[in-house]
Amino acid sequence: MKRREPAGDPSRRGFLALGGTGLFVFFAAERSPAFQQAAGQGYPSDWNAYLRIGADGRVTCFTGKVELGQGTTTALAQMLAEELDVAFDSVDMVMADTGVCPWDRATVGSLGISQFGPVLRAAGAEARSVLLEMAAERLRVPVERLRVAAGVVAESAAPGNRVSYAQMVGGKRIERHVQGAPLKPASAFRIVGKSAPRKDAIDKVTGKAKYSADVTLPGLLHARLVRPPVLSARLRGADTSAAEKLPGVRVIRDEGLIAVLHERPDMADEALTLVKAEFERPQPGPDDKTIFDHLVKNAPTPRVVDEKGSLAEGEKLATTVAARKYMNGYIAHAVLETYSAMASVEGSRATVWASTQVPFRTKQEVAQVLGVPPDNVRAIASFVGGAFGGKCYGTPPLEAARLSRIAGRPVQVVFDRAEEFRFGRLCPAAVVEIRSGLTGEGKLAFWDFKTYGGGPQEAKSFYDAPHQRTLSAGSWQATSNPPGLHPLGVGTWRAPAGPTNTFARESHIDVLANMVGADPVEFRFRNLSDKRMRRALEVAAERFAWKPAKTPSGRGVGVACGVYSGTYMATMAEVNVDRESGQVKVKRIVFAHDQGPTVSPEGTRQQIEGAIVMGLGYALTEEVRFQSGDVLSRNFDTYEIPRYSWLPKMEIVLIDNPEAPVSGCGEPPVINMGAVIANAIFDAVGARPLQLPMTPQRVLASISTVQP
Amino acid sequence: MERPISFTLNGRATRITVDNERMLLWVLRSDLGLTGAKCGCGEGLCGACTVLVDNQAVRSCSTQVKDVAGKRVLTIEGLARGGHLHPIQEAFVKHNAFQCGFCTPGMILSAYALLAEKAEPSLDEIVNHMDDNLCRCGSHPRVLEAIEEAAAAMKRGV
Repeated sequence: MKRREPAGDPSRRGFLALGGTGLFVFFAAERSPAFQQAAGQGYPSDWNAYLRIGADGRVTCFTGKVELGQGTTTALAQMLAEELDVAFDSVDMVMADTGVCPWDRATVGSLGISQFGPVLRAAGAEARSVLLEMAAERLRVPVERLRVAAGVVAESAAPGNRVSYAQMVGGKRIERHVQGAPLKPASAFRIVGKSAPRKDAIDKVTGKAKYSADVTLPGLLHARLVRPPVLSARLRGADTSAAEKLPGVRVIRDEGLIAVLHERPDMADEALTLVKAEFERPQPGPDDKTIFDHLVKNAPTPRVVDEKGSLAEGEKLATTVAARKYMNGYIAHAVLETYSAMASVEGSRATVWASTQVPFRTKQEVAQVLGVPPDNVRAIASFVGGAFGGKCYGTPPLEAARLSRIAGRPVQVVFDRAEEFRFGRLCPAAVVEIRSGLTGEGKLAFWDFKTYGGGPQEAKSFYDAPHQRTLSAGSWQATSNPPGLHPLGVGTWRAPAGPTNTFARESHIDVLANMVGADPVEFRFRNLSDKRMRRALEVAAERFAWKPAKTPSGRGVGVACGVYSGTYMATMAEVNVDRESGQVKVKRIVFAHDQGPTVSPEGTRQQIEGAIVMGLGYALTEEVRFQSGDVLSRNFDTYEIPRYSWLPKMEIVLIDNPEAPVSGCGEPPVINMGAVIANAIFDAVGARPLQLPMTPQRVLASISTVQP
Repeated sequence: MERPISFTLNGRATRITVDNERMLLWVLRSDLGLTGAKCGCGEGLCGACTVLVDNQAVRSCSTQVKDVAGKRVLTIEGLARGGHLHPIQEAFVKHNAFQCGFCTPGMILSAYALLAEKAEPSLDEIVNHMDDNLCRCGSHPRVLEAIEEAAAAMKRGV
């Protein structure tokens, strides 16, 4: 592993004691506990790395986090404004520019608030303490007799005796630190916990927001690459002579990379169509129908995620046993902005704009491919047009950098939609086998859960089975799989492994409830002692006005529970199933959400609404089709994502739980959607689809198995 | 074939010399420096490239430049006038009717075309009109609210 922080980051240098100035100066690592923890995660431990106070009183916040649409810009501004005691409107955000922002590993895993948030708060709190000390000296009043509001420090008893942060700092760096500056208690929050206007709003409604494909530089060339038709095909050779005849086209060949470049992107597209390339195709592997047997057969030795009691003992207790196999196909991120990057390489220095969740990794990778020191590379992710885990990967920044060095001009590389499907890292196809049994009292006796190909996250059940085992073999982490396990590229997709494991577990819980004639909600309570999950389920049931009944009741209502990264969720759905066409219409979703404290309720609601809509897709239509290695899903006509006409009525309840540790809301709310719709379909028609997505064809097939 | 072509772009007379069979999207983005219209799919399937031609919403990725000769083209950059947001933009801001914002220019201009044609659309008419504009972040319910509110505001003459 490389050292995480950029070596040249000034914030990581120890500070020399400035003897003559009278300011106290400490070495970074010896300061506040919050920052010691921050440094342990790789974050700089000097508050100056995170904020500057300008002479005009505006506060600039620097963060390596990326605005992907999730609203981090706004929530982080709220957190800094709160601790620093400045107006929310006075905070300007500078994000994801490795040239000026403090190191950050990645904008992933719904960790922006829970993991980086405390670091930023510590920076704000320490800066505030330093400024209070400075004000005390200047106003000749002890700190205890000072008050701060909106960036102005005043004597409590004599508010006319005052000085603003801006007057004291005036844009200068303050080489002064205090130990253990306390964070505000939640009870004192005035900005955090309330909804704030999004910082990115005006740029986004006026077209001013620049995504990486919108950045332009003089002399820019647009490149299209000769890419293989199949992920692992090898290029034999390419005839580029016809393309070269187009005016303004330049062809670059560089160690296995062939690109056509033009000043106009559409002309580069046209040139690419004229290239005749030959590839050596690999032996055809599994297709989208045989993939499930392939995964079970080729998965590595399973690892034990969790084990309790003995399955053999559990079998003895059981009077009812159910075994089922659940499946999910490959799912694309299908964000509207395809992967894009622009690089400008001048001598041994490079600047790269990329639509990435990992700008600091991009910087390292570009440096490596160019053979220059990392600090010669500046990576910038300005606005990113959706990510959901998919923009942790991607070759365009590296390709753009190589081509720019050779061309001697800035070069842009943008995936077209088909490339995005073919080379994107997908949510993996997976199989889950569950065998479980109930006692005569209808309580779980044993629970045996095996997941193949999808990953172990949240595979462990939170229901009370005395004897249970959770096994996981193969995952979304491509590097941990045996070669060829997944014929398509796989990686992080919103709440990795969550949708598949939750679909399987919650479907199976309903299978069991049905076998003993129990109401699915009552059955869950009977087998659930986790207090937070019980509360979420209670809240959802109350809002939904759930009326207990045996399934299938014909009403088309369903329930699913889920936990992801410490966020507890219960979802209820009402669906309509057309028995003739197999078409499913989701009419209503009720969603109860407990993520602990909430920075911006409005931001959290947006994430949940978005996840519910996105979840309709993997539940009902989204599946990357492939055959003989060819990805058949090429655009939004062959891969259908949710639309306005699909919208259910949505009711979201945020459970107030300020005592719990803060978790996240970006990923988790997507995980229950497959299960809750599957359970509602069963309730409607008495037939259970065991495979996602639940296309009309699959729903009809399920119905045909129960109809005489 | 390269030839001069004239049209009105965001209220200003514009004359450029380009291969007039090129798609409007690329001429806007690359030749004219207006990057508000985005390429999401390249085949007219997602709506991120939507611009207005004589108040009709068109897919600029699939519209040849020659088809806008003599017409009025409005892109997202031309919607706010004199530093004032258009009521549809105001409503999008108020309702946070976006997340990543990549589809937003197309959403706003599609909504503009609808409201130019029908001042008081029903919710079903809004849904039908907007249905081919794709959004992956799931801002749909907020966009619908924003359009309803903008319609009301425009009727009041705000």
